Amino acid sequence: MKRPIRVLVAKPGLDGHDRGAKVIARAFKDAGMEVIYTGLRQTPEQIVEAAIQEDVDVIALSILSGAHNTLFPKIMNLLKCRGAEDIMVIAGGIIPDEDIPFLKSVGIKEIFTPGTPTSKAVEYVIENVKV
Amino acid sequence: MKDEDYIGKIKEESSKWLYQCVDKVKEKYPERKEKFMTSSGIEIKNIYTPDNIADLNYLNDLGFPGQYPFTRGVQPTMYRGRFWTMRQYAGFGTAEESNARYKYLLSQGQTGLSIAFDLPTQIGYDSDHPMAEGEVGKVGVAVDSLLDMEVLFEGIPLDKVSTSMTINAPAAVLLAMYIVVAEKQGVYLDKLEGTIQNDILKEYIARGTYIFPIEPSLRLTTDIFKYCSEYIPKWNTISISGYHIREAGATAVQEIAFTLANGIEYVNAALKAGLNIDDFAPRLSFFFSAHSDLLEEVAKFRAARRMWARIMKERFNAKNLKSMMLRFHTQTGGSTLTAQQPDNNIVRVALQALAAVLGGTQSLHTNSRDEALALPSEDSVKIALRTQQIIAYESGVCDTPDPLAGSYYVEYLTDQIEDKALQYIKKIDELGGAACAISNGFIQKEIQDSAYRYQKEIEKGERIIVGLNKFKSEEKYHGNLLKVDPQVGEMQKEKLRKLKTQRDNEEVKRRLSELKEAACGQENLMPKIIDAVRVYATLGEICDVLRSVFGEYRENIIL
Amino acid sequence: MREVDLENLLLKRDKRAIAKAITMAENGDTKVYEMIKNLYNNTGKAYVIGITGPPGVGKSTLTNEIARFLLKDNNSVGILAVDPTSLFSGGAILGDRVRMSDIALDENIYIRSMGTRGKLGGLAKATRASIHILDIVGMDYIIVETSGVGQSEIDIVKASDTNVMVLSPDMGDDIQAIKSGIMEIGDIFVVNKSDREGADKTAAEINFMLDLNSKSNWRPPVLEVSALYRKGCDTLLYKIKEHRHYLEKTGGLKERRLKNLRWEILEIIIDNLMKDLSEKISQENIDELINTEYAGLTNPYMIAESIYKNLKEGFK
Repeated sequence: MKRPIRVLVAKPGLDGHDRGAKVIARAFKDAGMEVIYTGLRQTPEQIVEAAIQEDVDVIALSILSGAHNTLFPKIMNLLKCRGAEDIMVIAGGIIPDEDIPFLKSVGIKEIFTPGTPTSKAVEYVIENVKV
Repeated sequence: MKDEDYIGKIKEESSKWLYQCVDKVKEKYPERKEKFMTSSGIEIKNIYTPDNIADLNYLNDLGFPGQYPFTRGVQPTMYRGRFWTMRQYAGFGTAEESNARYKYLLSQGQTGLSIAFDLPTQIGYDSDHPMAEGEVGKVGVAVDSLLDMEVLFEGIPLDKVSTSMTINAPAAVLLAMYIVVAEKQGVYLDKLEGTIQNDILKEYIARGTYIFPIEPSLRLTTDIFKYCSEYIPKWNTISISGYHIREAGATAVQEIAFTLANGIEYVNAALKAGLNIDDFAPRLSFFFSAHSDLLEEVAKFRAARRMWARIMKERFNAKNLKSMMLRFHTQTGGSTLTAQQPDNNIVRVALQALAAVLGGTQSLHTNSRDEALALPSEDSVKIALRTQQIIAYESGVCDTPDPLAGSYYVEYLTDQIEDKALQYIKKIDELGGAACAISNGFIQKEIQDSAYRYQKEIEKGERIIVGLNKFKSEEKYHGNLLKVDPQVGEMQKEKLRKLKTQRDNEEVKRRLSELKEAACGQENLMPKIIDAVRVYATLGEICDVLRSVFGEYRENIIL
Repeated sequence: MREVDLENLLLKRDKRAIAKAITMAENGDTKVYEMIKNLYNNTGKAYVIGITGPPGVGKSTLTNEIARFLLKDNNSVGILAVDPTSLFSGGAILGDRVRMSDIALDENIYIRSMGTRGKLGGLAKATRASIHILDIVGMDYIIVETSGVGQSEIDIVKASDTNVMVLSPDMGDDIQAIKSGIMEIGDIFVVNKSDREGADKTAAEINFMLDLNSKSNWRPPVLEVSALYRKGCDTLLYKIKEHRHYLEKTGGLKERRLKNLRWEILEIIIDNLMKDLSEKISQENIDELINTEYAGLTNPYMIAESIYKNLKEGFK
């Protein structure tokens, strides 16, 4: 049975630049997904709790503050502790190329750097979530 | 202006030209697009003539530089006197590292400092707060207490530089620290020159580093207005910012409309607090963005100046000409830079900087080419600064004020932008002012819609960004990227721990409880904050006291 | 997760299990109805509060405040926040959670955002089943926030014990338009954003309408509240409890729940019928009929009558 993909769009860290998060949230919605948007300054605990309670298929993280190397592993770790590592995690924002291998090694599936069209992220989610 | 026959004749001739000339050529060689539009959605015609600005009254609508309504600039001689202040926004890591970067920039011919603080500082958390984890020193310098501020300005005489600080929610605290550092340097407060951003409304709209709800935040803002008008007369008490609104996706029209609407809200708050318009209005300053649509940007700056002058004179009855002058800082558009082929950004920045100069800016920050990738490296910052110097010394555009005035197109655009921005301001007035239009999400929604439209235009190829959706090439950037030492957080924590054993903790407690009492009442909080800062109460401690009285803002999201 | 495990985990109030069960309900997975059937003995303890009202009046912020107070009194709370699904894309932005971030980490709370997925009436298709699930896991209170599309949102009345109708002073003339329709559905009226100008006037208008309309012994109170500035929420909570007490004392609660039960049974039957129907008559087989048996005819009554007759035969 066809059902909408559920995505949590979350902004970890303290930066308030939510233009990208809001644009991608709308792109997911326009592609027929249900998007739960959490707002600014979400801690890893809040993000994981929301993902679990909302039973999302995907967590899309947006960060521009540069704190990704600290916060992303924490999120992945919490997901594992809660037995929710089946939730796919993707990320976007200002993330230097050299940090990407590390972030992928902790379990972030894909990272979209500045200039990526929203359609690419949308396609990625549709292809990789089993509905 | 011109007599009617003359305009009539031009009208006649231009329609002849259109039918006989243009249409014929278009048949054979169609134009590139069906419709030409500026970034704000103003349609661009195939020609502009005196007919399009027939209603323009030179003396009323433009006037002379340094004279009302300041369309042509706020100083009579503009850059013939002196250039704008070249001010690069910088700061990262610890106070020691940033202090070294400032000294370097000053030695390279920069004429003012612009301090970037890290996010915990901007949101009023000490470096040892759990929310600060991973953020300390990342996007700016970490300042936890007066101790850090002393290091930050070590060897920089505060009566010799003008300092701009990008700080909003806890602006009062950082200003207090600056004041105490000046005292310790033996500098009189009336010698201090600089700006604090102190613009909380745009934080709710676009930038996100708010702490308290709107009402108490506006009280802090007006407390600063009051304090500075008495003690630091040369200080710009606020920098009402369109920059971040634009970065969040607003069009040029929305940028100035929402910024001036915020300005109106601050003026109303100050009047309500009992201040006299001409006592604080001369110290209000503005901060805009410059994007690549060169002529629209120039028109935007001119329109903003004219609008503010009229708002101040007609709406608020200001008498002092200085109250009517819109003085502004400009930064080139960070969101226009691409991570692809980053060297192209140097050219974008040059165009945008040129727009700011042609628009009559008072100070300018040029972005570095690598900002879509990371914090700017020293090499890139230098090129950005050199870009300003080349415009200043080589381009010749600085040799007469407002050189584009009188261009049929630019004057027409200036009018159009003003009209459209005034419509927004009217709408916001109807909603009860900027604070109401923010709390019900109107302004945020308008910006989001523009941001989404812009993104779709790029993805559909209706808007071309070189290197991004056209003229693409696979190449890696080989420049050095700045890496912030991940140990900064630990170092700051250690500093805090030491500070708390060395300061007079009883005294800190006493000052903080005095501050709390004052916050519950009506009195000006600046003196109490200065007292607390002086005994080394930390930024986080002071903000926690205020949080306990004021509460915290919760965002309103309408997507 | 296997169903047996899921049942056990539900009884332990495992949040992941609750989430999975609600997802099954949302996707029309019939196994979840079996599970609810099995565990139905555990229901009936939760008290259901509906929060309804037009868009932009601050329902989520108010829901957050009510939940905060309930948590403080050691209650467990489940929140179902419904937002409209786009008719065009089938997608939805579910943003209510943003205003509940300060309670979201409490171990006694479960918050779920739901898209209406084409259902009219202000609730999502799976809201009722989700209420049962939250009831089964032992939530003391369940708060259902409706999607806020206007005056047609009356389904909540048929699913709640106490329904709170939220309005705000900045609605202007809109209130005139919806007033007549909403007077019967609120057990408590809240004028939120009481810090704004016009709150007193709005409250007075509602009071006036209520005095004209009031038929039952419970005269709905009209409260001025500022959820954002946390003013008046304690009174609201007191009034909710008072209403509950009134219902329990007068037997109204039993009566109301019976009425809701009737609605629900009817709805389940209609749902099942619709499902069967949609299996039997798709767009394609109507087209087929038009092209073959009724070739040349365009009279909709005639065609429909004929199809319906065949269907009825099929049901027999």
